[in-house]
Amino acid sequence: MAIRLKEVDAVMVGMGWTGSIMARELTKAGMTVIGLERGEDLTPREHFALPNIRDELKYTYRKELVQDPALETLTFRHRPSEMALPMRRMGSFLPGNAVGGAANHWGGLHWRYLPSDHLCRSHIVNRYGPKAIPTDMTIRDWAMTYEELEPYYDRFDKLCGVSGKAGNLRGQKVSGGNVFEGARSSEYPNPPLKMTESALMFEKAAKELGYNPFPQPISNSSRPYTNIEGLTLGGCQYCGHCDKSGCEANAKAGPHVCILPLLRAEPKFTLRARSWVSRLVYDKRGKKVTGVIYTDTRTGEEYEQPAGIVVLSAYVFGNISLLFHSKIGVPYDPMTQKGTVGRNYCYQLSRMGVTMFFENKEFNPFMGAPGASMALDDFDGDNFDHGGLGFLGGSRFACGHADGRPIGYRPVPPGTPRWGAAWKKATAKNYHHAASIAVSGSNYANRYNYLDLDPTYRDQLGRPLLRLTYNFVENDYKVMEYTVNAAAKIARAMNPTIMGPARIRRGDYDIVPYQSTHNTGGTVMGHDPKTSVVNRYLQSWDAHNLFIMGASTFPQQPAYNPTGPVGALAYWSAEAIINKYRKSPGPLVHA
Amino acid sequence: MGNDDNPIPRRGFLVGAGTAVAASLTSLSAEAQTSTATATPPAVATAAEGTLTLTSAEQAFFAAAVDTIIPADELTPSGSDCGVVVFIDRQLAGAYGSGAKLYRSGPFHKGKPEQGYQLPLTPREFFAAGIVATNAWSRTARGKDFDRLAPKEREAALKELESGKVELSDFNGKQFFEALLEITMEGFFADPIYGGNRNKAGWRMVGYPGLPAVYTNLIDEYRNKRYSVEPQSIADFS
Repeated sequence: MAIRLKEVDAVMVGMGWTGSIMARELTKAGMTVIGLERGEDLTPREHFALPNIRDELKYTYRKELVQDPALETLTFRHRPSEMALPMRRMGSFLPGNAVGGAANHWGGLHWRYLPSDHLCRSHIVNRYGPKAIPTDMTIRDWAMTYEELEPYYDRFDKLCGVSGKAGNLRGQKVSGGNVFEGARSSEYPNPPLKMTESALMFEKAAKELGYNPFPQPISNSSRPYTNIEGLTLGGCQYCGHCDKSGCEANAKAGPHVCILPLLRAEPKFTLRARSWVSRLVYDKRGKKVTGVIYTDTRTGEEYEQPAGIVVLSAYVFGNISLLFHSKIGVPYDPMTQKGTVGRNYCYQLSRMGVTMFFENKEFNPFMGAPGASMALDDFDGDNFDHGGLGFLGGSRFACGHADGRPIGYRPVPPGTPRWGAAWKKATAKNYHHAASIAVSGSNYANRYNYLDLDPTYRDQLGRPLLRLTYNFVENDYKVMEYTVNAAAKIARAMNPTIMGPARIRRGDYDIVPYQSTHNTGGTVMGHDPKTSVVNRYLQSWDAHNLFIMGASTFPQQPAYNPTGPVGALAYWSAEAIINKYRKSPGPLVHA
Repeated sequence: MGNDDNPIPRRGFLVGAGTAVAASLTSLSAEAQTSTATATPPAVATAAEGTLTLTSAEQAFFAAAVDTIIPADELTPSGSDCGVVVFIDRQLAGAYGSGAKLYRSGPFHKGKPEQGYQLPLTPREFFAAGIVATNAWSRTARGKDFDRLAPKEREAALKELESGKVELSDFNGKQFFEALLEITMEGFFADPIYGGNRNKAGWRMVGYPGLPAVYTNLIDEYRNKRYSVEPQSIADFS
């Protein structure tokens, strides 16, 4: 029997970005909050310190800050007719494993989604007609517009100290910024990072071709910055260790730098690390949850934590699996397209682009950051005319140097052997002279890409693993082909000595190599409880005191990194809880 | 003595760094000194270090393999002289080798390549089984264990494994080759604190400066200009 604890106003399941934002907002409003985190607690001063933080083997290859699949992983297959097998090693995506979540080891790219991304289906129908959308493509509008979410995007920008250059300030286009972005109410909190030589070369070539390059927005402060909570971030050191690692300079935004110091000092807040929530306690008739059951991973002891409000703030897969394990909502069935939990799983098209070699350029590839790069949105979303192209969506391009860590970064021209004397020679010769245009594509929902529970494999607590059924579809291959070829045109204009082949992905999705931690969907937002899990305030249709955060609420995935809207939505939902739900607990939207 | 041109363990000893890793390096270093003083000189150069988990046959296999993947030339000493076998021995003896961060519950099915690793073996067990299978194939195809082959023959054998055309007995030769290549590259380029990349040979080969990696001002100063310094590692700052 679980030991029953004293009730609190709200409990967070997961203490990454969204759990931290929500806990901060609710305690500020006077509520008592407990933050439960499966992993251990960390502090940047102890865990992200020199010299040991500069360790490529430990962080990139042994995945120090990444979820342990021995505790919980998922099974994977390409299509419903196949047998799913467990992802025994983390590869394609890397959820976090500690207080701070995946934000401990994220790269920091910080975007807002386009106004047309928020209105994905209706925008396409308006511009190209309803027949432009294939019948199996289950794309949807978001449950709020860009304009509605803008103040919350703005707030999250100012929490993180995002560095960048606005391209649309209150409706005025600003040269040098992203001319395609939605209107911003204010300029970025910090100026862009310094650009690498490769980024400047890309910018020049792209401009000459008539495109609109701009500094890639990044949650690394380009200078010391005091955020809206009064906490100070350091200036970026261009160390080349951003992704997969913690930030020694406290320049990369994350809960530990931007919020947690205040929560740790807050008497209304309690942080409980090593507390693994196995299910929610669901009162189906009352359409509410009464608390959560969790296991203390140090002792194995089980506890029941009653709470007035439960916030699911785990990673995408954790949120979805907790709904299944708690029997909240109807599982999605791809054959009938009925049910909601697990539908509209999307990912991102990555590991694409072009590598170039410039024999007379010196890049010092180890000096950089993901944001020390120029981006280009001319082939993203619906920023270009899709008439006659036969696909929807697009890709984001970027060029710069983020990381010269040599176990992983060893560019050699095509045709070079992978080992032996000739490999050594080519590696030594080219390390300083290569640059790459990276292409990252949107991934629009398909009825056969979804999540449910696996019939065979179990996690460490004995619960069934989540089962992922996912593959690329025709639309994805066309996006990759078209946009990578467009990137190759810019690469040629940069006039390299040697140009590698355009990396266009063909064949089935592969769960082994790292691609991006940009999984989305499964608990999607919407206006109709028959086709969505949460309403526009991220409130569950099936339990009015359950709020579900994060990218699991996205109906489809644009080409951007998801953290910007993830943070904005947490602020948006927190405000709805404080201003609307607390005054009159119950459904905030009547279907 | 092999350790003489490797400043890391000695530095760890002198500075008395408090980390567990530094402590274990220090004791290894001491152990290596005693064992070389008393034991018979071993067949391969790296044996002077002693091993944590590798058998002598496995050690000979890895030395032959990493010296074929990273042959000695004007750029660097051979893979084993760069400590890559020591690196592999320590990795396989530790948490990684024992299956840390690996989901190990059954049942086990072959699956498609895109579903990833599906064997019940830990990395330690995987390499043990792979070496047995590769040596058996080597004896059938070339009459000798892999490490007894001449350098040209080793190169040919690894190329055959890499091509995926070799059928090892109950083992996937291509999968084994890929794992061997990966752990060799890790040993050649990881921070020397793990026992490989001795004297930062891998870092020197490409011109990677290592630590502290604070480039706030240098990124402008060295724009389109080679930044070339004596590389520094974790141990140099511990």
